[in-house]
Amino acid sequence: MNSDKNKFPLTPIVYTFLILIPIYWMTTISFKTNKELGSGISLFPKEPTLANYSIIINDSAWYLGYLNAAFYVLINVALCLTIALPAAYAFSRYRFYGKEFLFFSFLTFRMMAPAIMLVPMVEIFSYLGLIDNYLSVALAHCYFNLPIAIWILEGFISGIPKDMDNQAKVDGYSYFQYFRKILIPQIAPGIGVTAFFCFLFSWTEVLLANALTVIDAKPINAIMTRVASVFVSNITILSAAGVLTIIPGLFFVIFIRRYIVKGFSLGRID
Amino acid sequence: MGMVIYYSLHDSFFGGNYIWVGLDWFKQLFSSSEFILSLTRSFLFSFFALLIQIPMGVLIAKKIPKSGLLANSIIILIVIPLLIPKIVIGHIWSFLTIPQIGLIDFFANLITLPLDLNTNIIQVWFIILLMDTWHWTSLVVLLCYAGLKAIPSQYYQAANIDGASPLSIFTKIELPKLKKVLLIAILLRFMDSFIIYTETYVLTRGGPYLSTTFLSHDLVQTATIQFDLGEGGAMAVVYSMIVILTSFVFYKVISIKE
Repeated sequence: MNSDKNKFPLTPIVYTFLILIPIYWMTTISFKTNKELGSGISLFPKEPTLANYSIIINDSAWYLGYLNAAFYVLINVALCLTIALPAAYAFSRYRFYGKEFLFFSFLTFRMMAPAIMLVPMVEIFSYLGLIDNYLSVALAHCYFNLPIAIWILEGFISGIPKDMDNQAKVDGYSYFQYFRKILIPQIAPGIGVTAFFCFLFSWTEVLLANALTVIDAKPINAIMTRVASVFVSNITILSAAGVLTIIPGLFFVIFIRRYIVKGFSLGRID
Repeated sequence: MGMVIYYSLHDSFFGGNYIWVGLDWFKQLFSSSEFILSLTRSFLFSFFALLIQIPMGVLIAKKIPKSGLLANSIIILIVIPLLIPKIVIGHIWSFLTIPQIGLIDFFANLITLPLDLNTNIIQVWFIILLMDTWHWTSLVVLLCYAGLKAIPSQYYQAANIDGASPLSIFTKIELPKLKKVLLIAILLRFMDSFIIYTETYVLTRGGPYLSTTFLSHDLVQTATIQFDLGEGGAMAVVYSMIVILTSFVFYKVISIKE
């Protein structure tokens, strides 16, 4: 690898280019009018228009979709972090009976398909009267996100020497103080990465979010499904909506780029 | 509190099915050609996805510079597909393939091989594999890149002094070091391609002639549209078993100490 340090990395650049083409295509469609779209292929919009975006911003059915999604994603991230942090700490520091098995069974939750959980979840949440409530989607997503959060955080916490715990105990810190003053600042990147991955799953998942909501809490993904199935001609608006769904993730990823691999590997690679 | 809900979900699901169903549904399931076919399709899809994405990911990761602005920009840009909601992925690819609008459709016409996603099974499979490759290869690239970065440069220097060929550097130095990362990549990719639902559903609705109806589609269809909870439940259990087995392999792999 040293030998090709000065070589131009052609393959990755071509690959990056190919990755960007479909996204570019959607973006360019989002700036076109329906009429132009019908008149044939063009690489650039001839008369770029923001009309599609203004429809989304001005129509409550659309923008509420983003807000709804943002709500349950935020609840989900907050829940996951508060529960996963102590749990991950316990997994990292203590030996207890069944630890291995428990840690492994968490992994199976990560791998489980939302399709498998669809029916039981709808049944349970309707029994609890939580259908069409942000809380139901946030809790349903916790099922998949908590294990990810615990796995990733465990990876980060295990990177912190145990001596630090003992030192804090000697210095008279309580557990709560230790978490707040020492551990959390130390694993701040880990918390950022964990939040990102909880965000990512919750933001991109559609099957459960759609099934658990009816009208009030419908997220943007579900609204897109409905629009796509009813109005075939709304490609330009759908593109604009699609472009808007990518932006939050993109901002997030720029902040945590150095740690992102650790997150994708569930905290197992440094 | 979260934990309680967590477990209650899980138990009520498995427990409920065992009590209500018995083994009859399973017998029916395995004699149903529909189920066997969608299971086969799921495995086939995962197999092709891995076959394409893993070597491609390793190759690309090898060529990305170890550091610098270019490397950072490449990393950020190739991550983008991983951030896109699955439903949007489906829409992006339908925008690319719709006649008269799509770029892929345009090029297909250019080489006089018109796209026909309504009847041509081979083309549909090509497109969904392309979509999955586009969506997920970056994950393999990222993992391998991290693995390669962890190899100390002394290894390469020593190899250079010994006059090792690029091939033997790859097989003797890089591959052993990448083993763990690659296994993680393979297992994650297997699982995610095996449980694929939204993307292909948006793009193809399971057609043409059910050729892209995967296990997850069959499951959702059976359970929510035909309201056949028994058969759906049995399917979910079989599905879960595959998932749990794979997770077990995954866990064994990651807990190997280097």
